[in-house]
Amino acid sequence: MFLSPFLSPQPMHIPDGFLSISVSIVFWLFSIITIGYSLKRVNRDLGERQVPLMGVLAAAIFAGQMLNFVVAGGTSGHFMGAALATILLGPWATILVMTTVVGVQALIFQDGGLLALGANIFNMGLVGVAVSYFVFTTIHRFSGGKRWGIFVGGFAAAWLSIEIAALAAALELVLSGTSPANIAVPAMAGIHALIGIGEGLITVGALALIYAARPDLVKVQKEPQAGGAALWVGGLIIALILAIASPLASAHPDGLEWVAEQKGFLDSAQGPLYEIIPDYVLPGISNEALATILAGMIGIFIIFCFALAVAYSRKNRQNTNV
Amino acid sequence: MHVHFLDPYRSGNSLVHRLDPRIKFILTLGFILVASLTPVGAWPVYILLFSIILSVEVLSELGVRYVLKRSMLAFLFVLAALPVIFTTADRIILTFSLGTWTFTITQAGLERFISIFLKSWISIQAAIVLASSTPFPELMMAMRAIRIPRLLVAIFGLMWRYLFVLADEALRLMRARLARSGHSDQVGLKPGGSVWWRAGVTGRMAGSLFLRAFERSDRIYMAMISRGYDREVRAAPLPKLRGVDSLIIVGGLLLLVFLLLFAILFWA
Repeated sequence: MFLSPFLSPQPMHIPDGFLSISVSIVFWLFSIITIGYSLKRVNRDLGERQVPLMGVLAAAIFAGQMLNFVVAGGTSGHFMGAALATILLGPWATILVMTTVVGVQALIFQDGGLLALGANIFNMGLVGVAVSYFVFTTIHRFSGGKRWGIFVGGFAAAWLSIEIAALAAALELVLSGTSPANIAVPAMAGIHALIGIGEGLITVGALALIYAARPDLVKVQKEPQAGGAALWVGGLIIALILAIASPLASAHPDGLEWVAEQKGFLDSAQGPLYEIIPDYVLPGISNEALATILAGMIGIFIIFCFALAVAYSRKNRQNTNV
Repeated sequence: MHVHFLDPYRSGNSLVHRLDPRIKFILTLGFILVASLTPVGAWPVYILLFSIILSVEVLSELGVRYVLKRSMLAFLFVLAALPVIFTTADRIILTFSLGTWTFTITQAGLERFISIFLKSWISIQAAIVLASSTPFPELMMAMRAIRIPRLLVAIFGLMWRYLFVLADEALRLMRARLARSGHSDQVGLKPGGSVWWRAGVTGRMAGSLFLRAFERSDRIYMAMISRGYDREVRAAPLPKLRGVDSLIIVGGLLLLVFLLLFAILFWA
């Protein structure tokens, strides 16, 4: 019973064989660039002093995934930890920690494939962390550093990071031609909307305990992180792209399947790899799709203005404080 | 260090166990890459790949049954690929209806599904043989050999070292909860509290696990400092590859390339 998370693979870890080679390579590249940048940041900001902390926290996340609770009948909710680690450790170190966790899960426990590891690191490391960071810092700032901001921000960060990471995994499967979009996207989104609630509740519980016992650990995040602004924007963009692309993909599965076929072409090395990227932004767009994208862009604009306003008011407040 | 139930490594003295970890690592990655590149419907190549991994399993003396049992892990995910059977357009093999829904199985869809299933099954077996026949320090050596940054390898190493400590810690937390919150495995008896309450309890367990990890890492850092750690991660230089080893790696890669060419020429 204790072992259940190890014996039942989590739906977010994509095994080998499910991703086409070009999707694997593209996501490996994304992950390698992010890991390289995070290593640089961690080296510069924290020094290798943080090595034991990152190693032990990675072990804690891995062990924390054993913790589960009974939801109903035989099902249980358990814990992934990207959001909690981002809040406590900062984004760059957490990317390395999640890379280690996902890497060991693939290499030692075959939870997720080795070739698919790039995509899995992308989903759970980069996407999970960037979205958590974006959501948490925004809500935390909005609350003016009050207590409720930590808990609401923690819940929202946990839920949304799980949901968006699941959408990323679903789209990778669709792009590989492994799963049709109109089934994979709603299925992954639906399952993880529920899993995300469990994750959110556990994260809030954990934050409540840590806030009571060691409030200094939660307060670390108040200082702006170097490179945090770029990651904040990254988290926003990832969340928006996936939130827009997923309904589009499931409404127009033909478009994405067409891309998958084109990519099947590319897999047999008949075209340059870089053509994949412009390809899947545009296929199969009807007026309805255009409308969705427009709506999405207006959404981005509004959220951006809102965030700028929040940041601006915060800056002003700081100035008056000094 | 005690043998932990989590550690998949099984000690042995077979050919596969004695092989240089770098070679095992690279050949495993190459094998999975070839399995992934093999076109849909190239059945003879799948059979060849399967027989290769099966013979490695026999050579490794891990027990074919052990590997196959562990490989069942991959099967749940196959559900994600199942709809492909019905949605790929091609010659229809079978149409049946369940209630109000009608399902049509097409030939291309079925071929694609079976290929995905075989790819993932073959790949996971290779990964299992690697993890079960190579102790973690040797895997770290292979990681360094393929130029994974030192800092990342150091985090991997520390994680592995404390994984068992923290897993035991998590098990202790769960045992304590089991003893206190009225949970029963008996059918019909409800676990204590509401779902929200149980989630909150689990959250506080996660929080206390994290706090203990923070405090432990402080102590580890102090211990490292007191033993001469100067914020620089060092490792012994990698041993040189023997002549036999280079022969094995060249032979293995050639075989894989040959298989791939065969698959692409005849089935792509």
